[in-house]
Amino acid sequence: MLEVKHLVVNYRGLMAVDNISFCLVPGEVVGIIGPNGAGKSTLLMAILGLIPLEKGIVQFHSRTLSTQLKQVAYIPQRVQIDWDYPITVENVAMMARIRHTGLFRSYSRQSKLIVKNALERVGMWELKHHPIGELSGGQQQRVFLAQALAQEANLFLFDEPFVGVDKKTEAMLFDVFDELKSEGKILLVVGHELRETTREYDRFLLINKTLIADGTRQEVITATNIQKAYGDNVIFLEGNAKND
Amino acid sequence: MLKMTNFIDIIFEPLQFEFMRNALIIIVFLGVLCAVTGSFLIVQRMGLLGDVIAHAVLPGLAIAFYLGIDIFLGAFISGIFSTLIIAWIKEESKIKIDVAMALVFSGFLALGIMLITLLKSRIDLHSFLFGDILVVTVTDVLRTLIITFFILTFIKLFYKELLFYTFNPLGAQAVGLPVKWLNLMLISAITLTIIASMQGVGVVLVVSLLIAPNITAYLLVKELHQMMILGAVFGSISGVIGIYLSYYLNVPSGASIVLVASILFLLALLFSPTQGILTRPEMLYKFRHIFRIKIKN
Repeated sequence: MLEVKHLVVNYRGLMAVDNISFCLVPGEVVGIIGPNGAGKSTLLMAILGLIPLEKGIVQFHSRTLSTQLKQVAYIPQRVQIDWDYPITVENVAMMARIRHTGLFRSYSRQSKLIVKNALERVGMWELKHHPIGELSGGQQQRVFLAQALAQEANLFLFDEPFVGVDKKTEAMLFDVFDELKSEGKILLVVGHELRETTREYDRFLLINKTLIADGTRQEVITATNIQKAYGDNVIFLEGNAKND
Repeated sequence: MLKMTNFIDIIFEPLQFEFMRNALIIIVFLGVLCAVTGSFLIVQRMGLLGDVIAHAVLPGLAIAFYLGIDIFLGAFISGIFSTLIIAWIKEESKIKIDVAMALVFSGFLALGIMLITLLKSRIDLHSFLFGDILVVTVTDVLRTLIITFFILTFIKLFYKELLFYTFNPLGAQAVGLPVKWLNLMLISAITLTIIASMQGVGVVLVVSLLIAPNITAYLLVKELHQMMILGAVFGSISGVIGIYLSYYLNVPSGASIVLVASILFLLALLFSPTQGILTRPEMLYKFRHIFRIKIKN
């Protein structure tokens, strides 16, 4: 169980995340939605302890998450990666095994096998010797998906995984989400636009600095909530969800 | 001299002088060292940082000289300090890192020049900036050898962590790698590289050795470790050819090394099999395309 309690993040004097609390149980696929600049990515980074917290606690199975990062797989936004970095597909995926391997050692045969399976799962094993810069956006995202799988984590945090990917990769991501869900993992996914927020998620967190709504699609995507999060500039189509 | 027909003689004649032997040995070490640390700079898009550290060691040199302590220790502390200031400016304000680097670079250089004057230090600014590889001593060679050995061992031991950190810093932090330490180690390695190179090529030209051979290699290979190995070959070759040119043509050694390294880069830029401007696969198509448009107009 992932418990986030009263999370507050200040970024250069601005409130980026304002007192957000929620609790996720194993087997849940949860989408974080909200307008640009709502603090969605910041929230993920704060959960991982990548940025300093003003206040708040993040616990995983009743222990501080930052002491058990081996349990977490995190896929950052595309823009965080330099795609011209001289590295091949296989070596990117291998990084998943770095904590299992430890300092001063090379990757074990077992780790290599796990990485091979993960790359095969996403259809990228044939391209293992290719530099990542030569791949399409979707293929690049699949390499990172393989990396997350090979980490054998229990908590998965994806930051806008659907940006710049093709239909095939999108379908594959949802397939993998389903698989991980059935294995009892927890998935927290930052969405890019409301369009994706369809049947694939069990639950949504709608945020704009604060947590505006938390619940199923019907509960969260309502005219009132969307207006609260996005302001008056969004046209809300009645057909998308029940009006409250 | 140039009219000498016997190639072997051209190679071996300069080797009878100790200063030439020292110069050639030290430049090969520096070629290897700069390839390894410089490659990390390049893949982190931090090429300018070499420049900053190279100039930021000056205040430390001046103070250490004044206090009578080891000037290399002063240089090291001063170089590391400059990177901490850059990181601090970037963290605490909206100022971007390129501007912070430009600011710290000139600020430290100015402080160094001021200290040299005020402390009436006898540091020779010209040799600090441009070095002179033909006056390196056996002690310099030994110091460079030790630094090279030390840094290569360190990089080898932490290679997979450094690879992860430089490729995906957020991801590395997210799995709990000690990213602050990795960063400090890299910066220390770069500062040590610059200190090792100071006497030989000077701070202005060490920047070229940190960058040119490695971006040449970058255009030819697909993995970081290959970039380092090929960069070391290019760096050492540039150094050796540069020193021979300097000997026979009686031109400054540092400048000729940098020019050779730059020419190698230009060749790779134009003719790299996969990425060369004139040789990459889609070029034929592009040429045709341009040609067709011209006909239409």
